Amino acid sequence: MNPDLLFGKLTLDALPFYSPIAAGGAATIVLGGVAVVGLITWLKAWTYLWTEWFTSTDHKKLGIMYVILALVMLLRGFVDALMMRAQQAIAMGNEGYLTPDHFQQVFSSHGTIMIFFMGMPFLFGIMNYVVPLQLGARDVAFPLLNAIGLWLTAAGAALVMASLVIGVFSTGGWTGYPPYTELSYSPTVGVDYWIMALLIAGTGTTLSAINFIVTIYKMRAPGMGLMQMPLFCWTALCASLLAVFALPGLTVAGGLLALDRYLGMHFFTNDGGGNVMNYANLFWIFGHPEVYILILPAFGVFSTVIPTFSQKRLFGYNVLVYATMCIAVLSFTVWLHHFFTMGADANVNAFFGIMTAVIAVPTGVKVYDWILTMYRGRLRFDTPMLWSIAFILTFVIGGMTGVILSIPPLDYVFHNTLFLIAHFHNMLIPGMLFGLFAGYAYWFPKAFGFPLDETWGRRAFWFWVVGFYLAFMPLYVLGFMGAVRRMTYYDQPEWQVYFIIAAIGALSVLLGIVSQIIQLVVSIRNRAQTANLAGDHWGGQTLEWSTSSPPPEYNFAVLPTVCTLDAFQVAKDMGTPHLWPERYEPLEVPRNTMVGLVFGALAFLLGFATVWHIWWLAGLAIIGIVGITIARSFATETTRIIPASEIALTELRWKQAILAQQGDAQ
Amino acid sequence: MFKDSLFDPAGPVSAATRDLFFDSVGLMLIVVAPVFLLVGFVLWRYRAGTGAAYKPHWAGSRAVEIGIWFMPVVIVVALWFIVWNRTHALDPYKPIASGLPPLVVQAVALDWQWLFIYPDENVAAVNRLVFPVGRPLTIELTSDTVMNSLSIPALGGQIYAMAGMETQLNLLADRPGVYDGRNTMFSGDGFSAQTFAAEAVDVSGFQSFLAQARASGDALDAAGFETLSTPTIAGPVRLYSTVEPKLFHTIMAAHGSMPEMAPAANHAEHAP
Amino acid sequence: MSERQHPGINLTHARPQDARHAEVTVFGFWTFLMSDAILFALLFATYASMVSRTAGGPSGAELFDIGNAFLETIVLLLSSFTFGMAAVALKEGRQRAASLWLVVTLLLGLGFLGLELREFSSLITQGATPQTSGFLSSFFVLLSLHGLHALVGCIWIGVMLAQIAIFGLSRPVRSRLLRLGLFWHFLDLVWIVIFTLVYLPVVSA
Repeated sequence: MNPDLLFGKLTLDALPFYSPIAAGGAATIVLGGVAVVGLITWLKAWTYLWTEWFTSTDHKKLGIMYVILALVMLLRGFVDALMMRAQQAIAMGNEGYLTPDHFQQVFSSHGTIMIFFMGMPFLFGIMNYVVPLQLGARDVAFPLLNAIGLWLTAAGAALVMASLVIGVFSTGGWTGYPPYTELSYSPTVGVDYWIMALLIAGTGTTLSAINFIVTIYKMRAPGMGLMQMPLFCWTALCASLLAVFALPGLTVAGGLLALDRYLGMHFFTNDGGGNVMNYANLFWIFGHPEVYILILPAFGVFSTVIPTFSQKRLFGYNVLVYATMCIAVLSFTVWLHHFFTMGADANVNAFFGIMTAVIAVPTGVKVYDWILTMYRGRLRFDTPMLWSIAFILTFVIGGMTGVILSIPPLDYVFHNTLFLIAHFHNMLIPGMLFGLFAGYAYWFPKAFGFPLDETWGRRAFWFWVVGFYLAFMPLYVLGFMGAVRRMTYYDQPEWQVYFIIAAIGALSVLLGIVSQIIQLVVSIRNRAQTANLAGDHWGGQTLEWSTSSPPPEYNFAVLPTVCTLDAFQVAKDMGTPHLWPERYEPLEVPRNTMVGLVFGALAFLLGFATVWHIWWLAGLAIIGIVGITIARSFATETTRIIPASEIALTELRWKQAILAQQGDAQ
Repeated sequence: MFKDSLFDPAGPVSAATRDLFFDSVGLMLIVVAPVFLLVGFVLWRYRAGTGAAYKPHWAGSRAVEIGIWFMPVVIVVALWFIVWNRTHALDPYKPIASGLPPLVVQAVALDWQWLFIYPDENVAAVNRLVFPVGRPLTIELTSDTVMNSLSIPALGGQIYAMAGMETQLNLLADRPGVYDGRNTMFSGDGFSAQTFAAEAVDVSGFQSFLAQARASGDALDAAGFETLSTPTIAGPVRLYSTVEPKLFHTIMAAHGSMPEMAPAANHAEHAP
Repeated sequence: MSERQHPGINLTHARPQDARHAEVTVFGFWTFLMSDAILFALLFATYASMVSRTAGGPSGAELFDIGNAFLETIVLLLSSFTFGMAAVALKEGRQRAASLWLVVTLLLGLGFLGLELREFSSLITQGATPQTSGFLSSFFVLLSLHGLHALVGCIWIGVMLAQIAIFGLSRPVRSRLLRLGLFWHFLDLVWIVIFTLVYLPVVSA
């Protein structure tokens, strides 16, 4: 039999023996995977993981799994960052320790992972956990679809990780501009891995976003109007709407590029009538809203954390809602500012420059609203609040450099330089990542019933903030000096000192990440002393704090009736934080199902088979996906009933915990 | 430290861009500086346990809200005028006013070198761009490979070079010097070394450059271009004494340019 | 309440949570169609920008057979009508009639796919393949994506015929038929744009 038919392009050459560093990375992934599997087997945890997690459709568990995926991918993306900083700190007048090809794979996977497989899962995880609880809902609108969304995202991430062991990754950067990524210039499978990972994860994200839109519009607690909704839910709604409207841009850009590569079509090729400018437009029609998909939910986290730790109501709720909506709409009107230098007419460039400057208005208003929330409050500086303050101070710098880049003549100079790199890290690290860390610290006690260790949390915070400034302020300077992005090496001696400072910054961030790992270990070890089942760990204002920690599977035994903003705060002010009904009703919840996981596995196989041209496997995977969809539509017993007695018992246990806590307090 | 950068401009375009930079930063500081002062003040004054005023239910004030919209709006409206005017004034396609006719150079991006054709002088240079100081320079760009972007920070902005299309960049050096030029758009393995020297020289210097090129004896014909366009990392400077007529347009046509789509005066066409 | 929300599937005698469930799923499906519509809009934009990029190959005026396209349009519009008849039968609870009209719709859908495949094969035998030029790439991809949707719609109709046979016109079946109807009419709508943007300019030129 012809091996090409069986294995497609896959041969033993796909193993990464081309460089000892790449082989080391692959070995780390393989050994890490083996170690995890071994540990689970040793702990005999497979049944537990399967029944409680992998087959779950509970939004809380899916949320936690999203965050775990994001944290794992954060480690991978950060190792890429460290490798880049080390390379550029060394490579003055020499070639450094990485070959150009390897360095290019590293910056491509860094960007791809941090945007699509760290940022997106992290925020979808937090949204998953928090939004239904804040809405006073028992779950999202489509629990199974939610699970499919998670496992498709995981399948995309798994493809990126697989590229480290089998074959190579793209060298075309996270934007993958053709014609460089066309077959004639990038003949390896790297770009195919990149496309398949994005298309699969993008499908998952679209499904999740539809789910959140429906949940937010249709599943709110009785009496909760849209304007009584916590601000975090508003930002989740805007991000989801953006995802539904914007992701088709990525699907089309990536899909057409794949057709060029696989079927020899001419969408973006240099010959045959292709047009590379179409790609730039399609990609950034997606890409710019994507930035706000990442940042808006983090704004929602800050709008939740800042009032809680100021012990005060959020200032200007209505204004913040309108500002959020404004940003969401405007984000579709500015995509061309990513390629002012493509030679468009001055009128066109000026128009898009003006539209971009407009976005600064609602964003600036938000910053002032957060400051006014703190004004005349009683500020407590726990770690979620520290992240928020660092965000405000750092983000305005990024905003300023953003306005600079939005002015076309300045962009002509700074485009493609390290100034641009510094700018968008200056937006995304404080704007997105600090928000996600704040949310992680803030909702951790809700999710697990015990808080994260504050001491290690503060250490992590300071290492991160100092590391951020050390790593990225020098890049602004280098941008002024004319250093461009994606250089493997350079020959300007005066640049090197700034690259070395940036590398030191990356090391500080490394200490921050190590601190976060220690924090997690210490917190789990001390959980017996710090456990707090009662639920309201921080003195929260929104409904998620009106449940036990962790909340029961059904979230609310009785759906809360809401007539005001900050419903839980108002209930506490009135002295009736909890309602204890006489009698409980049985509740219907979705049964566990392996459909989501199987979907993800089949999508991974489809992606992997397509990358390597193993067509029989790809065909089987498609048949499997269609088959499982049809089979599922014939299933009738998809829910189960939690009996009232079980609910009564759970609620009683929680009530006792609250009474015990009140007893301790007296 | 900022030698030959935006902050050490060597021509009117970069000088105007530098002024624009400082203008816009100054304008934005009107909104941004108060943020730093306010945050510092609020954090210190209202930390828990100071006994400062505490208004837990204060969540809105019409007057304050109008104020916080008003300031950014004013600044941004001011920015609009700046953006509109300067974008037109500093349009890379706009010829630079001067008593002298511009020197036209046709730049072709290759893997990973730059070819500069002097069509009126009928010479060409690789990885070296020589031009007279004080005389406008009109660079017409295309690419024989992936997307590139030509930048000489000391003189001004950059513009993409794309296969089958022509883009344009107008610059002027008002002091002699050797400035760094490079491709800023990632293009593959040789990208890091894809630099060239942009030399602004006086008239006699330019004449001697032309003479040097003509004396080189190398002809840039179809075969010569074929050799030149094979991927080369950190290639040497080369000079050509003659260039095949209309080579620039032949290269564009090889990538499917349609004559009606590439009038030199128009900007690169755009997808709708 | 429930009747007002979804008269099309007649949930009058259903449980209240069924109406709520239908409301949620139908809204979700609309949201999905919105995303899908943007996907098509971007492909239309791509096509419009590629029309002149024939790279020396044939143009639409030389290739397109407006007669065949018109026939495809008629078949597809007719299938929307027959789906409408199925929906009326569904509302009135006439199970056999609903199934029958769905079978007719399915046949028309398959007929449309057949006509489209005939057009593709005729183009390819003339040497006008998706690899010929940017114009033809965008033409084939735009039409294939629509055709793929039509294929999914046909499979869906087949599945629903089986479900009607097994479950009768149960609440989930009716809810699914309502969404299938949205999907089928959406296909029609996209085709109308294709006909207008791809074929009609050729005639007027």
